[in-house]
Formats: sequence, structure tokens, C-alpha cells
Amino acid sequence: MSVLTHPITRRVASAFGTLLGVAVLVFIMLRAIPGDQIIAQFGIETGDMTPAQIAALREYYGLDKSLFAQFFSWIGGLFQGNLGFSARAHLSVSELSANSLPVTIELAVLTIVLSLLIGVPLGMLSASKRDSIRDGFGQLVGLAGLSIPSFLLGSALLGWASAKFSYNPNGKAFVTLLENPWLNIQQMAMPALVLAFGIAAPIMRTTRTAVLEVRSLDFVRTAKAKGVPPRRLQYRHVLGNALVPIVTMTGLQFGYLLGGAIVVEQIFSLPGIGRQVLIGIEQKEYAVVQSTVLVIALGFVLVNLLTDVVYRLIDPRVRAA
Amino acid sequence: MPNRFKSGAIRLGCTAVAAALLLTGCSNDSGDTTPPTNNAPAQNLVIGVTSDVDTLFPWKATQFNTVNVMQTLYGTLVEFDENLAIVPGIATSWETSDDGLSVTFKLREGVKFADGSPCEAEDVKFSYDAIMDEATGAASRSSLASVLSVEAVDSLTVVLHLSAPDVVLLSNLAVINLAILSSTDTEESLSTTPNGTGPFKLQERKPSQSLILARNENYWGDSAKLDTIEFRVIPDETSIVSAMQAGNVQLSIFDDPVVAQTAESAGIKIQETSQLAYHVLQLNTVSGPLADVNFRLAIQCAVDRQEVLDTAASGEGEVTGPITAPAFRSDPKARPCPTKDITKAKEYLAASAYPEGATIRTIVSQGEYATSVNEATNVQAQLAEIGITLDLQVMESGAYVTAWLAADFEAAIALNGGRPEPYGMYNRYFISTGNLNTVAGYSSEELDTLFDAARQESDTTARANLYQQISKHLEDNAVWVWLFTSYTYAATTSNVSGFTPMANDSMQYLRTTSIS
Repeated sequence: MSVLTHPITRRVASAFGTLLGVAVLVFIMLRAIPGDQIIAQFGIETGDMTPAQIAALREYYGLDKSLFAQFFSWIGGLFQGNLGFSARAHLSVSELSANSLPVTIELAVLTIVLSLLIGVPLGMLSASKRDSIRDGFGQLVGLAGLSIPSFLLGSALLGWASAKFSYNPNGKAFVTLLENPWLNIQQMAMPALVLAFGIAAPIMRTTRTAVLEVRSLDFVRTAKAKGVPPRRLQYRHVLGNALVPIVTMTGLQFGYLLGGAIVVEQIFSLPGIGRQVLIGIEQKEYAVVQSTVLVIALGFVLVNLLTDVVYRLIDPRVRAA
Repeated sequence: MPNRFKSGAIRLGCTAVAAALLLTGCSNDSGDTTPPTNNAPAQNLVIGVTSDVDTLFPWKATQFNTVNVMQTLYGTLVEFDENLAIVPGIATSWETSDDGLSVTFKLREGVKFADGSPCEAEDVKFSYDAIMDEATGAASRSSLASVLSVEAVDSLTVVLHLSAPDVVLLSNLAVINLAILSSTDTEESLSTTPNGTGPFKLQERKPSQSLILARNENYWGDSAKLDTIEFRVIPDETSIVSAMQAGNVQLSIFDDPVVAQTAESAGIKIQETSQLAYHVLQLNTVSGPLADVNFRLAIQCAVDRQEVLDTAASGEGEVTGPITAPAFRSDPKARPCPTKDITKAKEYLAASAYPEGATIRTIVSQGEYATSVNEATNVQAQLAEIGITLDLQVMESGAYVTAWLAADFEAAIALNGGRPEPYGMYNRYFISTGNLNTVAGYSSEELDTLFDAARQESDTTARANLYQQISKHLEDNAVWVWLFTSYTYAATTSNVSGFTPMANDSMQYLRTTSIS
């Protein structure tokens, strides 16, 4: 098998193609939005400026170049590790992302751990006796998790803790895990819990469906007939075989968290990557948005790779394939 | 999710992991912000703001929070006091020549920049020359439109030579966009190390998170009482209220009345201040039905402004005429229809070229301020009563500003900024050569004459009279439909004292604020 046709080469190439597609798409979409960085910066005061002033500003922000030149200078920069520069923050996008990406990753990991801790046991509880009261309870919690929007839950939780107990770690200046682990964990706890409540719901539903399906399979009946103890049957045989869809769902949700926790980041003042994109869009800082979206897309690709690896660990059939 | 995402992009993945680890490693820049303490307890104030500054360069600052931060870092030749009267700043006195063509400023002795270097006449000349230079891209270049040249006579004397008498020049010079910078600084150097003559200086900045200022010991005025001020970014106003309740934040300015009410019911002190900015239905009188004065008057008479205020902003504000500055305020009753008058509106409409009414394409911005869409729908409902249809085009704020600047609308629901001096507030809209005259969509010889007279009239009473004539002309011709002014709400916890909110949104009195 030549290097060119090797499955890994093909996968890398296809991931590369995906990222290129994302790059082109985000580049075009940004410029399709009316307004530019000058208007974002000066608002209606732009109208009070002379054409020569506007021209000077266009040059300052690099808007005087043609779209092709802008695109290729950005892409060229990427290959040299230059993600662009934010005039607003007066930092490079790499530096900005170095600050925001760890925040988002930490939040995403904590959220996923919490969601699994809530979702999987609840799903198994629901599946343990179909259409029983406990199934109803599990389903109800799942429905609540899916239907209560995170901004409502987040604001309510924060308001309640502040008013009742004067407790609001998120009102303090943000600290990283390395600066002050105890305060950092407190600052992450409420947002992770709010996000986990929403994400536990699909995990719970997936677990329930998968467990119910596996339980109806022949090998479970055989195992039961052979006298496998119920506890072992439940965990090793049923849950073990129901893991593939659960892992798929978890991977999907994790990928979503890498880019999609903007609302919760806003409410709890977390300087994560979602907010970096949002501020970039508001300020029309093209380089910031383009490069950050690429970083997020890369994260997505990476999470899917991890999911793939986990499949191999839990399912011998994938390993064999 | 497309299947190709699931592919094992190992090499790419490894690079990304390595990159992520590298990035994580870089992010550990700890910042201990505790200032040096002497005997008295440290005075550290935390202000909750919804957005970070978008520039540290004062000549390009236009956003609310950025302007406020710049005002604490930089100084201007003259300043506004709490009643928006002009008082000395870096200049202690000024004198206008008899012909009105030159203004001589005497500078304060011993004024220093934060880095300790002296602020002298050469710096003033450097600053104004640079602002007037188009290549700088300064936001308020037009404020110096009447200035021909700047002359530094000696180290403490500056003369501005004018093309024509300009009595509003002083109030233009008090704006932070005309801050005096050191002639040795550049935009690039100031973007990381601000160097101004204000009561505070920059101590630390974490972009998108916080900006910490420390007292500037070189400040020429009374030393600030606070040791540090932290502008902490909390993007959600409701979350700021929570942070104030928990004691993490001591001061914030809200513009949403609902948030202010929540804060007040939580025991936070709220001071409301009437704003110079005004809510208005702008009409583009260049063509179509709105070129017809009777049609415009019909609109003016059909709108109950109090109703708009009540429905869109829960009554939190005041019905206004064109001029909002307290010293020259228009009487909101002095207009063709002081209150809603459907009969009169129908008469005007019948007298117009469009007696059956017409459809007006109206742009509305969404997201920039809370009340815009509600104002638009209320005005739409009221105008429907006389057969005029507003076709509302609700846009994201960037799209709105782009359309607004291009005058690409027949009518626009707008919230426009106000200034203490009405000439500076409206000349760019309503004189025929004004930079925003196309956006205003109206000009007349009478207005040109009145504005020109106001600019040259140094007697305040006589100028006030001219402004009333301008106001009357705008109302009688229903140029726009002025609606109301709203409040901003200064929220402080009980341990904060000495902060005076101002009608121009300035937070300059942070310099007299203390915390117990």
C-alpha cells in the first residue's frame, strides 16, 4: 500500500480539506455582513470623517487590499504560525487563544464529566424498568434538561446564590487553574453545572435507548440463563455493549462545547473562546474571527479523532475492521 | 456530522495537541493587583462594565466604556463641570481676540504626563496638529474645523488661529477625543502604555477581562482618593447586579431600566441622570412623500410621544424637542401639535400630495440599545391610525449604521448622541455643508444662517435665542420627529461616596470618589 493511498493519509487529507472549507466559508461570510472594522470602531462618527481619513483608516486595518490579497496573506500567515493581530486587545490571535482556549477546554471537560455522572446513571435507572415511576422520573429530568435554556438557569442560579449567600465567585476577577486552583474551580463550578444539566439530557436518553436495545438481544438472555449475576450482567454485558452510542453522543456534545458555550460564558464572565469569537464579530476583527473559528474547527477534528480511538478501545469489532 | 470528521487525522491531531499544550503553558501570567498600602485601608474600587475598551488611543475612542476609561487617563485643555459648564483643565485661562479670530490659552504650570515628563505648549500644538492631519484618523477632527493653525508662543502659551469666530470651540476642546498627548508618544506606544495627564494611570490590562488603573501621583489637580480602579468586564448586566449584591463590584452604569429596577429592589443605590442623547424618528426629506412638509407634519401630529416612551421604555425618560442640553433645552410643547391630534394630522395629510397615506421604509437597529424595536412598533401602530404604513426593516447594528451612513432609508428609528453645545450637536446634520447632512436629509437657507450666527454669537442669552429659533424651525417643518430622552442609572453599593454621574455619560468624578 503506497503512502498516498494509506487510510491515515486519506484521513489527514480529508481533515485538511474540511479545515480549508471552513476557512473559505468563514472568510466569505464575515465579509458578507454589512459594516467593517471602521464602522464598528467609530459608529456614526464615521460619517463625520473626510475621505482621506477613511482611506488612512482602511490602510491601517488592512482593508485597502483586495479580497484575494487579504485571503492569501491570512492563509500564508497561518502556515508561518501567524494567526493575525487584534488591534482591540493589542495582542496576537495566538496570544488571545492561549488565554481563552484553556478556559474553554477546562469548562468543556468539567461539563462532560458532570454530564456523564448525571446522564449515564439516570439513563440506566430509567432503562432498568421500562415505563415505571423511575423511568418517568428519569425522562422528566431529561425533558427539563432539554427544555430549560441555559441563560435562564444560569442567571437564576447566579442571582440566587448572590442574593441569598452573597456567594458569587464569578463576580471576582477571573483566575486560571494555575493562578488560584480553588477559586478557579469555584468559578467553573456553576457554569459547568448549568451546561451539564443541558448536556446530561441527551446522554441520558441515549443511554436509556441503548441499554434497552442491548437488553433485548439474545446474548443477554443467554448470559442470564448461564447465571451471570445481575450486577455483572448490568454493567459488564449491557452497559459495556451500549457504550458506543453513548461515546458518540458524548463526543458530539464535547465538540459543541468547544465552540458553543457562548451564552454561559457571557453570564458567568468566563473569558473563553466563544466570547473571543463574539467580540471579534462585534468589532469586525476579521483575523480574530477567522483564526479562532479555525482553532475551534481543529478542536472538533481532534475530538472526533479521540472518539475514534475510544471506539477501538471499547468495541473489538471496530478494532478488527 | 459529516463522516470525514471522524477520520483519524493523527498527524494533524498531534500537532494540535502539542499546540494546545504550548498555549496552556503560555497562559500562566499571574497578576497580583494589590496596590502598596500605607496606614489607611486600601481604596480599591471595582466597576462592572459590559465590554472591554476597544482601543487605548484617546483620539479614536468613541464607545461608552472606552471614553470613560480615557477620561480618567487623559486630560484636555478645558473640561466640563457637573453642570456641563466649561472650566479650566490643562489651561487655566483663555482669551478670545476682539475680532474672534484667535484664542490664547495660558497653560497650568507643572502639569506632567504619567511618565513624569512635562506637558507644555509644544505638546498641545503637536496634539492638535496631529488630530487635524487626516492620516491620523482621529474621530473628532471636525471639532477643529475652524482652526487654521496652532502656535506655541512659549512653553505655557498656545494660540489657536481661526478662520472665523467660533464660540463652540471651547466645548469641543473639552471632549476626550481632543486629549493632549506627549509629543514623544505614538499611537503604537500608547496602545500598550497610556501616558496622559489624567488623575489615574494604567496599572495592568488583561484584554476582555479587566483593566486596572492606579492613582497618578503626577496629576495636577487634587489627588484621587482611590488607590486603584478596576474596570472588570462582566458582559451581562444582570450578572453585574449579582456581583454587586455579593460585594464583588461597587459601581456600574446601567442603561436598561429593567436592570436598574432589579438592582434597586436588591438594595443597590441608583441615581438616575437624564441624558443628552435623544430617541428620534429621523425622516429623509429628499424625495418621496417625506419631501412634502404637510405629510411630515401629519406624522408629527399623529405620534403621541409619551405613549412611545411609556410602551418602549416603561415611562423612564422625558419627552423632548430637538435641543436636550439643560442650558438651552427646547420646550417639548413648542411644536405644531404639542399633543397627539388625529384631526389635525388628517388635515395635514389631506393637504399633502399623498392624502391616502403612503408606505415609508423605516430602518431600526437591533441589539444596540434595548428600546429600539419597541419604539418602532409603537410608532408604526400610531401612524397606522392615519393610513401611513411604516415598513420596518430591523437590522443588526453594523448593517444599520452602514445603511444610516449611506442615507439608505426613508425613515430611521435612531438614538443619536447629544452634546452640551447645540451647535456642535446639530451643525453636522443640518447645515447644508455638514458632514452628516445627507443622513439628516434636510437643509434650508434659514437654518444655515441661524447656525452661522450661533457659531459667532458669544453672548449666551443671544445664542440661546438663536438656538430656540433653530429648534422652532426644525419642529415647524417636522424635519424629524423627536421622541424622548432616557436616563442612565448609576448604581453604587452603600460604601461608595463622592461619585457624581453626568448628563454626557462622563465618569470623570471617579477622581473624587471614595470607598469606605
